[in-house]
Amino acid sequence: MNRKIVFNITGKLLEALAFILLLPMVVSIIYREGEFLSFLIAAAVSFIIGFVLVMFTKNCKKDLYAREGFLIVSLAWISASLIGSLPFVLSGEIPSFFDAFFETVSGFTTTGASVVTDLSSLSHGTLFWRSFTHWIGGMGVLVFAVAFIGNLSDKAIHILRAEMPGPVVGKIVPRAKDTSKVLYFMYFFITLVQVILLWLGDMNLFEALIHTFGTAGTGGFGIKGDSIASYSAYSQWIITAFMLIFGINFNLYYLVLIKRFKAILKSTELRTYLGIAIVSVVIITLNINSAFPSFSDAIRAAAFQVSSIMTTTGFATSDFNLWPNLSKTVLLILMFVGACAGSTAGGLKVSRVVILFKMGLREIKRMIHPRSVGSVKFEGKEVDEHTKSSITTYFAVYMMCFFAILFLLSFEKAPFDFETNFSAVAACFNNIGPGFGLVGPMGSYAQYSEFSKILLSFAMLFGRLEIFPLLIALIPSTWRRK
Amino acid sequence: MKIIIFGCGKIGTTIIQSLSGEGHDIVAMDKEPSVVEEVTNLYDVMGLCSLGVDSESMTEAGIEDAELFVAVTGSDELNMLACFLAKKMGAKHTIARIRTPEYNDQSLGLMKQHLDIDLALNPDLLASHEIFNILSFPLASKVETFSGRNLEIVELVLGENFPFVGMKLVDLRKNYNGAFLVCVVVRDGKVFIPDGNFELRAGDRIGVTASHADMQKLMKNVGLPQKKPSSVMILGASRMCYYLAKKLISIGTKVKVVDADKGMCEAFSKKVPSATMIVGDGMQPEVLIEEGISDVDAFVALTGSDEVNVLSSFFAKGQNVPTVISKVNRAELAQTAEKLGLGSMVSPQKSVSNVLSRYARALHNSIGSNVETLYKMFDGKAEVLEFNVRSDFKYCGIPLREITLKSNTLVAGIIRGRKPIIPSGNDEILEGDKVIVMTAGHVLLDLSDIIAQ
Repeated sequence: MNRKIVFNITGKLLEALAFILLLPMVVSIIYREGEFLSFLIAAAVSFIIGFVLVMFTKNCKKDLYAREGFLIVSLAWISASLIGSLPFVLSGEIPSFFDAFFETVSGFTTTGASVVTDLSSLSHGTLFWRSFTHWIGGMGVLVFAVAFIGNLSDKAIHILRAEMPGPVVGKIVPRAKDTSKVLYFMYFFITLVQVILLWLGDMNLFEALIHTFGTAGTGGFGIKGDSIASYSAYSQWIITAFMLIFGINFNLYYLVLIKRFKAILKSTELRTYLGIAIVSVVIITLNINSAFPSFSDAIRAAAFQVSSIMTTTGFATSDFNLWPNLSKTVLLILMFVGACAGSTAGGLKVSRVVILFKMGLREIKRMIHPRSVGSVKFEGKEVDEHTKSSITTYFAVYMMCFFAILFLLSFEKAPFDFETNFSAVAACFNNIGPGFGLVGPMGSYAQYSEFSKILLSFAMLFGRLEIFPLLIALIPSTWRRK
Repeated sequence: MKIIIFGCGKIGTTIIQSLSGEGHDIVAMDKEPSVVEEVTNLYDVMGLCSLGVDSESMTEAGIEDAELFVAVTGSDELNMLACFLAKKMGAKHTIARIRTPEYNDQSLGLMKQHLDIDLALNPDLLASHEIFNILSFPLASKVETFSGRNLEIVELVLGENFPFVGMKLVDLRKNYNGAFLVCVVVRDGKVFIPDGNFELRAGDRIGVTASHADMQKLMKNVGLPQKKPSSVMILGASRMCYYLAKKLISIGTKVKVVDADKGMCEAFSKKVPSATMIVGDGMQPEVLIEEGISDVDAFVALTGSDEVNVLSSFFAKGQNVPTVISKVNRAELAQTAEKLGLGSMVSPQKSVSNVLSRYARALHNSIGSNVETLYKMFDGKAEVLEFNVRSDFKYCGIPLREITLKSNTLVAGIIRGRKPIIPSGNDEILEGDKVIVMTAGHVLLDLSDIIAQ
């Protein structure tokens, strides 16, 4: 166990975070707000802690393996969230530390669950920072670090694997550093396109940026109490489309880059993802049609909500809490399915669901014909035993964690009902944001107790990092030298 | 540079290790998912699982823009086919491992030409060359030659009584007449490129360059006479043994081969009739004693098992065999055996990775002063490279003492025409020379890379 490199890389990340914190400071200065000072202090704190960590671990060996990868990711995410919540507390805009931590974790994990009841009271700098955490957290804090900080380690693949969601994380180009760079390049490019498109509509540049960050990271922080509802149909359609785009596996965009279009069309995951989305839109449109003035309104609301929930973004154009039971159930199912592996979205991921489904079919066949032989195929290739068992294990642990969190949250007294609690856990654990009941799109998480806020913060981290890294970091024996 | 390695066995992994360390973009392909996973865990490369040679996985690996395709699976035929397909699909250069002696002996040229393979690698043949070099220089633990034997670099281990011990390098040159240069010293696992004030100690491993004749003279002066072995015992009738035995027999050495497998022995004796074949277990001391291990000049262990090779070599050392060489594939085992006092160890992977590093660097740098030969010494900690000096080298004709070299870098020899020069500060590099450079910790692609910036 190479503890030094864990602290070394965490330190380097905090140094980088200091520079990132200067961005919202610039925004504050542009809008002539006093909050810029809190960003400056937070940046200084981040840099000093990072600098000290790096200094003490200067001569560390560059070796790292899966275990170190998990630890680096857990430590980096927790420390980034702690530092990231400083500006909120320092500026007094979210005075409680627990609230601020919840808000920051929600930002980095691209959940978008908020404890702020009145968004109009927040300064521009704070709003920007809140949403920018989505953008950085979406593709990954450490993917960012691997791409842009000098030579972290030859074995950075272990860090990427621990951070990037999905059953199998592969490289798209031979080197980990280049892979991260390519990913961020594509991420940046699509982000830029969306900003321009939104800016051309009825949003100003600031609004366009905020909502693009929310979409790109599949986060969901906005600047208005009613989320996207008051924007034009054009903006809503643009966001709908881009939410779906950011929910697609980024490896497929690389295939576009190298002009291998055939392989994209063949992707089982993409087809299933779009298939599920279309079917859900059709069901919900028919279900809610009567409540909307026109069919086009209904289909727009349904499409927006389906892509928002499925990609685990959490924007809303209407209060889906008031929708009929069927539509709400479809949305709840989508919360768990999530989007494609290798995207910025949360949830179980379509690829896992597809493989689990196929494994189920395969097992039934084996029960009927005990001597039959067969394989589970995905993306044209046979799924190997290791991947299969890791998917079933993940699913089992995922369910256990889900119910453990739900159980702990159930200690909350009225007014929290079962629907609120269940959907709150689902929405946090799958990194969506709004749930049903009191935590619906027009509500907030502000009323929960401090214990529950910490609990849900960890639920978000567990969901974003896909459980195991954090779980491993919490086991003391991992940290032992021998 | 983009390199695709097909087959991630022992050889493949060693190649990946050395090439990924030199900063190439590598795609590793193998049919076994667990092997691919292991490789991607250890090195910064992209892994790809493919069942065989198919155009689809070749495309996925990005064959169109690959500079180099290296096929090193266990099957010669698969390697050749893979290279053929790779070339057709756009790979610029292809290298195949071809080790079956029948392919190598008769039809290699024809196959290379028709399948358009740029380089055929035969690890066994390369390693047998290396062993042959050591055997013809019995006191060195390793001998490498440059520019067709004009200049040699010899690796020596300084024992307690070795005359060099306790001397500074300046004094060394005074005491022993003749042109030679101690160009690298390894002490406690650390590599030093020494200057004149460096004092040698017992236990040091040193590299000495000199022309062949001067080297013989030096060895005689320090009381280490050189003679070629007249009888050699080889354990294990492997492919490497076949090449080595043939070479030894051609210079008139008596060769005795011991192998436990009767069938192997019979097949071997058909191919190399003049070798004496003994069916017996090399791990049984009686067998080796009965066959006269205490009287042979050299013992070479070449079985497929590292453990057997190391243990039988220790036994041979105990029987006072002057030269003992063992084939050890696993680097960690080699290190341990070396600490326990086993001097010469050869690994086919290392030989192959030397060749490939050189090939890749030459490709990387097709215009400047090319790498002609490259040897890795002391477990890859130091490298000796031979460069052809072209007209674009800016320091032609300037005395060496006026050129500031990078740290841990040394011009260890210059070959002008066929004449080797052991350089002093007054010598200069001229166009058309071949220059031997010793370096530790730098990747040199061009002769200009030796200059400090």
